[in-house]
Amino acid sequence: MALAAPAGAVLFSFVASGIVLIIAGSNPFSAYRDMLEHASKLEVQVSMLNRATPLYISGVAAAIGFKMNLFNIGVEGQYRMAAIFAAYVGGSVALPGPLHIGLILLTAMVVGGMWAGVAGALYTYRGVNEVIATIMLNGIALGIIAWLVRRWQAPGNIAQVGVGTEPIDDSGLLPTLTWIPELIRDLRATEQLTGVLVIAIVVGIVYHAVLNRTIFGYDLRASGLNPVAARSGGIASRRMALTAMLMSGTVAGLVGMAEIMDKARYDPNFVGFLGFNGIAVALLGRNHPAGIAVGALIWAFLDASSDILQVTETAPKEIVDIMRGVILLTVVIGYEVVRRIRVREEAARAAARLAAANDRSVEVPA
Amino acid sequence: MTSAVTTSVNSLPTWARWMVYTAAGIFVLSVVQSLTDTDKLTSTTTTGAMLRWAVPIMMAGLGGMFSERAGIVNIGLEGMMVLGMWAGAWGTVNYGPWSGLLIGVIGGALGGLVHAIATVSFGVDHIISGVAVLIAAPGVARFLSLEIFSNYDGGSITQSPRLTSAGKFTFPFLAGGRIGNWRSPDWLAWFTEKDWWFVSDLTGALRGLTFNLSVFTILAYALVPTAAFVVWRTKFGLRLRICGEHPTAGETQGINIYLYKYIGVIMSGALAGFGGAFIATPELGGIYLEGSVNNRGFIGLAALIIGNWRPAGVMVGALLFGYPTALGLRDLDGAATHSLLLVAGASLLVIAVVNLRGGRHTDGVLAASIGSLSILWFLLSDTTPDWFVNILPFIIVLLVLAFFSQRLRMPAADGRPYRRGET
Repeated sequence: MALAAPAGAVLFSFVASGIVLIIAGSNPFSAYRDMLEHASKLEVQVSMLNRATPLYISGVAAAIGFKMNLFNIGVEGQYRMAAIFAAYVGGSVALPGPLHIGLILLTAMVVGGMWAGVAGALYTYRGVNEVIATIMLNGIALGIIAWLVRRWQAPGNIAQVGVGTEPIDDSGLLPTLTWIPELIRDLRATEQLTGVLVIAIVVGIVYHAVLNRTIFGYDLRASGLNPVAARSGGIASRRMALTAMLMSGTVAGLVGMAEIMDKARYDPNFVGFLGFNGIAVALLGRNHPAGIAVGALIWAFLDASSDILQVTETAPKEIVDIMRGVILLTVVIGYEVVRRIRVREEAARAAARLAAANDRSVEVPA
Repeated sequence: MTSAVTTSVNSLPTWARWMVYTAAGIFVLSVVQSLTDTDKLTSTTTTGAMLRWAVPIMMAGLGGMFSERAGIVNIGLEGMMVLGMWAGAWGTVNYGPWSGLLIGVIGGALGGLVHAIATVSFGVDHIISGVAVLIAAPGVARFLSLEIFSNYDGGSITQSPRLTSAGKFTFPFLAGGRIGNWRSPDWLAWFTEKDWWFVSDLTGALRGLTFNLSVFTILAYALVPTAAFVVWRTKFGLRLRICGEHPTAGETQGINIYLYKYIGVIMSGALAGFGGAFIATPELGGIYLEGSVNNRGFIGLAALIIGNWRPAGVMVGALLFGYPTALGLRDLDGAATHSLLLVAGASLLVIAVVNLRGGRHTDGVLAASIGSLSILWFLLSDTTPDWFVNILPFIIVLLVLAFFSQRLRMPAADGRPYRRGET
């Protein structure tokens, strides 16, 4: 039952997109065959993992908020702010390897956390709705970044240094994991497997452990499930909101690291929309660490498929964006329908049990 | 004395009170203008541009109002504007500007319909459904551009061919518009050319609001009183509002809550679609260009909040947000935007004094410190960076929400899921 909703949604989106493709004059079956064939190649799987890594981290960042009934719509702004600051700091210092990498990651986490913390503080101390606060902070972040990216442009001739911040020395870049797929066979592509994958896995494990194995995690879940009960149980749930927002932002800060480690700089073409897609991925995975991973891989598969569709021209690659929207909407609708069926069944069971108990209580005196 | 003035202003009818506020605002700008070396703050081109730039924000805000009055939060406005912009451009290319606008409205309404199905019929969380619309809309627009615009002359996967205008209108007598073949006198221009202190500033600003307006702009502003009438004075409006305030109470009155919620959200999309289509008209962009909605859906949401979920408030909010953008357009040296810092600082100090006199010390001190910072920034710098104008609306909303949220009142059941028969 738990898997029926997402599986049904993916299936439904393939049918719905197929109809769109037929209207657009393409053959959906050959398009889907191309997508699957493409995804079976080792090089493409590496590329999928690279795309899934930031989405997964973004999904966990959103999930931390969701667990507490907080919508961190601001991952979008948080990860971009974090990325440009981390790239700037990383590009302006020379340190030995581990320290340099650590400094970059730390900057990203602190900046991401602080940017989310603004929304958290507004929520906790002034009662400002967190959705509105993070939306507004996104707007502010994008405006500031548009200015910073010009201000922190690497000095020198643009034609030589390229557009973007001062490049980070090799000592600041995480080593790639390309050797892992190469255990199977040599890759026939230049794409490297990002080292940030390790960070993503650590983030997932820590998220799971903190949520399920610590008192803090218990408090967080309790505040999300029933804030009134949590408060009467002695949990300062307003204060919890600030902590949750800070943690969410800290994780969000790491979202941009895969691209920073790959390009060694922040440039104006920095990948966008990872925040909103992270929310989608968290919803797909029901905020469960493994579920989010599946969601991120589905999203990455669609991403990678858009490349091959462009090459084979069996279908316009933009169909992938439509599929994402359809999947997301049908999944959340599916979850809601499943939830309602469960509630109804439970009510029916309870009623049946109550009726049975009443029958017995009538029988006893007789 | 201050209190006497306040009381007499407060006893005026609403429309007159707003005229007093407007005149006072222009007076402040006029004073700042004579203190600094700019004449753009109240120029005809600035107010004209403000009027145009405010339209998409205002339509998004009005759209948000219809949805939230019905109790459905709509953060997908941005996506609905994208759909409206695409549909509007497509309609204009094929059937002319008026049909184009109508098709744009329908395009936005379809986005609203999706949001309504998810939130009203299936009870999906409003924010989640909004995010889905936000993710899907640009994809749909791009897919359609690829399928359709890239086959047109001058079109591509990211843009449409150039669009035609629906025509302009200038008010007779006030700004010298034509009646038939006769050209009426241009009274406001006459005053403006005299260069009298304050009077010429006032008429110059007013002339921008009456001279060479697109008929779509006039239509958009006519929708504000219409929306106010519909929401506050009609049976439909009352029923719409009860969906956002207390749906179960409406249910006992025999109102079909689902139906009214659907209508509210679809109207919301339709108005956002109008705003999106307007962005593509020659008034602003002149073409459909991917990404040119550029956060205006979210700024519309901001206007909705500081406008206290009321049509006139939304309009004032949109004009407030449109003004710095309009000013920045012709302000190549940044001097005029720079003087806005002085305006902001002075206004905040006034707010601080009002708050301190009213015994609200925290608010007063905070307003005073931010106001002083603003004035300090004005004194220490010669220009403001261009990003300042872009982020201003968002900062204003955060400040308003942080310090004046007790003055705002959103619909009581806004954002709450509603199922018929459940309490």
